[in-house]
Amino acid sequence: MSEVQPLPVDDDGRPLFELPDELAIDTDVARRVITGFIQGQLRQAGFERCVLGLSGGIDSALVAYLVAEAIGADRLLCVLMPYRTSSPASRLDAETIVADLGCPSELVEITPMVDAYVGRDGTPGAGGPEALEASPVRRGNLMARTRMAVLYDQSVVFAGLVVGTGNKTESLIGYTTLFGDSACAFNPVGDLYKSQVRQLAAAMGVPKEVIAKAPSADLWPDQTDEGEGAFSYPVLDRILYWRIDRRRGVDELVEMGFDRALIERVDRLVATSEFKRQVPPVAKLGPRTAGVDYLYPRRRPGSARS
Amino acid sequence: MLRIALAQFAPILGALDDNLVRHHELIEEARAGGAGLVVFPELGLTGYQLQDLAADVAMHLGDPRLASLAAATRGLSAAVSFVEESGDHRLFIAAALMEDGEIRHVHRKVYLPTYGLFDERRFFAPGDVIRATPSRLGVGVGIGVCEDFWHLQTPQLLALDGAQLLLNVSSSPGRDLAARNEVGLGTATSWRALMRTYAQLTTSFVVFVNRVGVEESMTFWGGSEVIGPSGEPIFSAPLFDEGLYQVDVHLEDVRRERIALPLLREERLELQARELQRIVAERAGLATDSTADPGAEPGLAVAPVPGRAERGAEPEAEPASEPGAEESPEPISLRSRRR
Repeated sequence: MSEVQPLPVDDDGRPLFELPDELAIDTDVARRVITGFIQGQLRQAGFERCVLGLSGGIDSALVAYLVAEAIGADRLLCVLMPYRTSSPASRLDAETIVADLGCPSELVEITPMVDAYVGRDGTPGAGGPEALEASPVRRGNLMARTRMAVLYDQSVVFAGLVVGTGNKTESLIGYTTLFGDSACAFNPVGDLYKSQVRQLAAAMGVPKEVIAKAPSADLWPDQTDEGEGAFSYPVLDRILYWRIDRRRGVDELVEMGFDRALIERVDRLVATSEFKRQVPPVAKLGPRTAGVDYLYPRRRPGSARS
Repeated sequence: MLRIALAQFAPILGALDDNLVRHHELIEEARAGGAGLVVFPELGLTGYQLQDLAADVAMHLGDPRLASLAAATRGLSAAVSFVEESGDHRLFIAAALMEDGEIRHVHRKVYLPTYGLFDERRFFAPGDVIRATPSRLGVGVGIGVCEDFWHLQTPQLLALDGAQLLLNVSSSPGRDLAARNEVGLGTATSWRALMRTYAQLTTSFVVFVNRVGVEESMTFWGGSEVIGPSGEPIFSAPLFDEGLYQVDVHLEDVRRERIALPLLREERLELQARELQRIVAERAGLATDSTADPGAEPGLAVAPVPGRAERGAEPEAEPASEPGAEESPEPISLRSRRR
């Protein structure tokens, strides 16, 4: 009989995070499935190495540990891509993870790349004077897409596939940058809610300080996911789980004790971000159209890089 | 005593020639180990998630590659699965029993799941026959492919038709990771409960062979099993581990169990056939159900309860349109459904 492992605790004996009962997973099985998935994706694509962007946050940290377990740390390149406003603490956490895993790493400061477009200190960049006033969201998206460009370039140098690190919660509510942090060759943790990421990270030995800190996209100073979105991950995860995985109606969730306004807000986030989770539609014109009536597995005989 | 070899392996998607070589190797390994029966998983010769590749790997039953595999079964039996193309160019998910150099029997998958993560009916035609076959093993053999055993009548029909050894060959993708069940995987728990129940209710051996490996998003979980006619598992293969697992069974256990627990003797085939014919006629509107609620749909005895269908709807773009509880129609009062 599999059982839920006890949650890790901090120095005062308090649990590092809250794990809603219905979201608890068997981490041994998850670990086995995911490491096999990573090996399978690489084998079928004809690759032996992986590249990922390591922010110092829990999602990319967990993926780094999973990839290292699946193929060995020496075949994983962690790319640290701070911007000038990025949290120095995150950078230190990322360096701790690299040292703990013993994997190769690269530091690529994206400040000159981003500022070359948005400008700096009143001097316009390629985006013109208007870009000097770019909103935090615009800047955040540009940073995410710059990191994507760096990762895909580094992937050529290292001969590795880019591994996605986005979790199910942020994907479902659309808290991602299209063609930015969501861009990848495959994603081992995209079907795990944030609470489950925490549970698996604890089981994998991700450093406690990385598990315990408030999640942040770190796109501007002191930003936190929960502060920006005005929600708590355990509640958000539970709403998504009951609405989507278990197909419960709004009224049923209200009966379970969830706030109706919050449920409806989450529903709207899910609906308005549907486009981010799908391949863009191609206008149907010819007899066979990719994704419509030309349907092949991504990997098949002859598709692997030789 | 019969030694059964469970080929819990990972076919390569679309690579028919490579998988064929692997089948030959595994058959020889099983033979060397003294096995009398080797069972391969669903679409072991082709891989599962074929989509439009299905036509490229399809074989007629006269295909020399199948003949070469059959030729390798001299002195033993093997259940192998592939895409069969019929003379009129329908594609089937097929499982063949090969024995002593010949194809003895071919089962075409009857139930093609086309829901959730499955899309089989888009690419394949369903079989129309559920039938047991005689075998060199000395007992009747019944073959089902994966979803065939998610329908009660498949194992029942096979047992009633004379099978004492039921084979289910599967490509079951693991899902529904859970912390509180037998093996931490919802799919595995469901399958194991079903297979043990079938073995008990049909008082037959059930051999379940599920593949391992990864295709696209899916990870196949293995966990192949051999279950005795009392419903007790004799062997459970590990989840996710590739291997040729060999298990010894005593086919005489079927007789002992059926004498002690004569469930098959008690089956009322004429009653079942009569009631099925009645339901078919009622569904077609050719007869009325004399015991049904007023307002029940043809063939259904119970009328729908207003308001129930709205529950559990998918997320909508405008959730504000979800009716509140106070707007729902009053549920009708409970009353006797039967007179």
